[in-house]
Amino acid sequence: MPGAASAEVAAAVADAHRREWAFVLAATMRVAGDIDTAEEAVQDAYATALSTWGGSGIPRNPGAWLTVAARRRALDLRRRAATAERALPKLLGPGEAGLEDRVVEDMVAEGGDIPDDRLRLIFTCCHPALAFEARVALTLRLLCGLSTAEVARAFLVPEATMAARITRAKKKIAAARIPYRVPAASELHERVDGVLAVVYLVYTTGHTAPSGADLMRRDLAERGLELAKMLRVLLPHDSDVAGLLALILLTEARTGARLDRNHDVVLLENQDRSKWDRQAIEEGVALLREALAARPPGRFALIAAIAAVHDESGTWSDTDWHEILGLYDLLMERWPSPVVQLNRAIALGFAAGPAAGLAELDALGAEPQLAGYPYLAAARGDFLARLGRLEEARVAFGEALILTDNDAERRFLRGRISALTG
Amino acid sequence: MSKYLILIYQDEAVARQAEGESISASYQEFQRRRASSLLGGAALHPSSTATSIRRDGAGGFAVTDGPFVESKETLGGYYMIEAADLDEALEIAKEVPAGVGVEVWPVRVAS
Repeated sequence: MPGAASAEVAAAVADAHRREWAFVLAATMRVAGDIDTAEEAVQDAYATALSTWGGSGIPRNPGAWLTVAARRRALDLRRRAATAERALPKLLGPGEAGLEDRVVEDMVAEGGDIPDDRLRLIFTCCHPALAFEARVALTLRLLCGLSTAEVARAFLVPEATMAARITRAKKKIAAARIPYRVPAASELHERVDGVLAVVYLVYTTGHTAPSGADLMRRDLAERGLELAKMLRVLLPHDSDVAGLLALILLTEARTGARLDRNHDVVLLENQDRSKWDRQAIEEGVALLREALAARPPGRFALIAAIAAVHDESGTWSDTDWHEILGLYDLLMERWPSPVVQLNRAIALGFAAGPAAGLAELDALGAEPQLAGYPYLAAARGDFLARLGRLEEARVAFGEALILTDNDAERRFLRGRISALTG
Repeated sequence: MSKYLILIYQDEAVARQAEGESISASYQEFQRRRASSLLGGAALHPSSTATSIRRDGAGGFAVTDGPFVESKETLGGYYMIEAADLDEALEIAKEVPAGVGVEVWPVRVAS
């Protein structure tokens, strides 16, 4: 459609940015040789799209168009760098070290059938030799196309700090020669675990922001969901990937009911379940079935199964707490952690009464990992209130209030305290 | 191909015990298996025999007994290896029968 209106072009480019960034960057990487050149070339390709699609029309396959443009640009940048005789360490896959320019030209020209290199890019970003926080930052930047400023904002660190973190990681990739490659089958399972940990962190940080004005950071949560969907497409037979996507979908399904009109927190107990996304639940449950078929079930599949019990129960009072308790027991067997123990104690409180839950929570009081964790104090406050021990409940909620950095959660806790003071 | 330095760390107490012994069978076996990747290497005497020389900033030197950093885990030896990329280097490094563990450092190439 030649002569497309500028608003239409801008929307098409924005859409392609969201959908195709990882594909285009991954496909440009091998031609570019190093990450910085690839990023620059891809950015230039998007800028070119913005200025030319109005005249030439929006291409039928924007991803392929952008890839060809970015590869051509990468080649230009490399030639320029070569003339400047800057011999930088290159990021190249095995057997590609001696790539002739002519071959690269062929790769650019072929265009039509571009191999999907996104998995290589994912495994490079999430390489275990990189610091975990650097893996998260690189994933958001290279796979989701977020700018350094956006990544910095997402984790509430100064932009300069995030820029330094990303630069350091890229330098390590180049200097230590972290390969641009999908790991061998023998180590694939372990490496996929590392990738899933990154995606899970992105999602959970967005789902309940550790600090800031809002309960959720929707942009991050959506990126987490998109990354999980991308992995599902790229690794369709991996049950852990299915488990993580199931968990995210089953959690996302309740998003619309988590805040009321005043943007205040609504507890699961009080949520309007008709606002839950049935389609996401169905999709999540189908994936969960697949994930649970693996023996023994993975960690994400078990957490997803707990989410599914809530999602599939018609009312709060119908919740099958014994089923949930059993799932937490399975989690504790293989992935014990103080946080799982805390959640298990809460489930126990609903299965066997608040006194039993409270006793378990009190036993966790000495756990150093939970010392700064507001949900332990908040859960104690809730059980104490249910037991009619109002003064102690108030103290517990007050403690949680001090520990949380999230404004929406603070408002919620203040509400609980004032209701108790009544 | 790239070069990597593998630094071998061991428990100081164990190292003292092994002093004077010839290279262990497990190291010999590793060296045989990875001969094509090994460029060099050596076992070191215990850290108590090391000497540090620090520039004092005024053109002189401060000579002190022991390594820069005192710790329970000390450098016991090293290998210089050649590998296609970090993954291959890590694979080789995992096979070093080190007591505590190893560090893998990429070696800078003169440009």
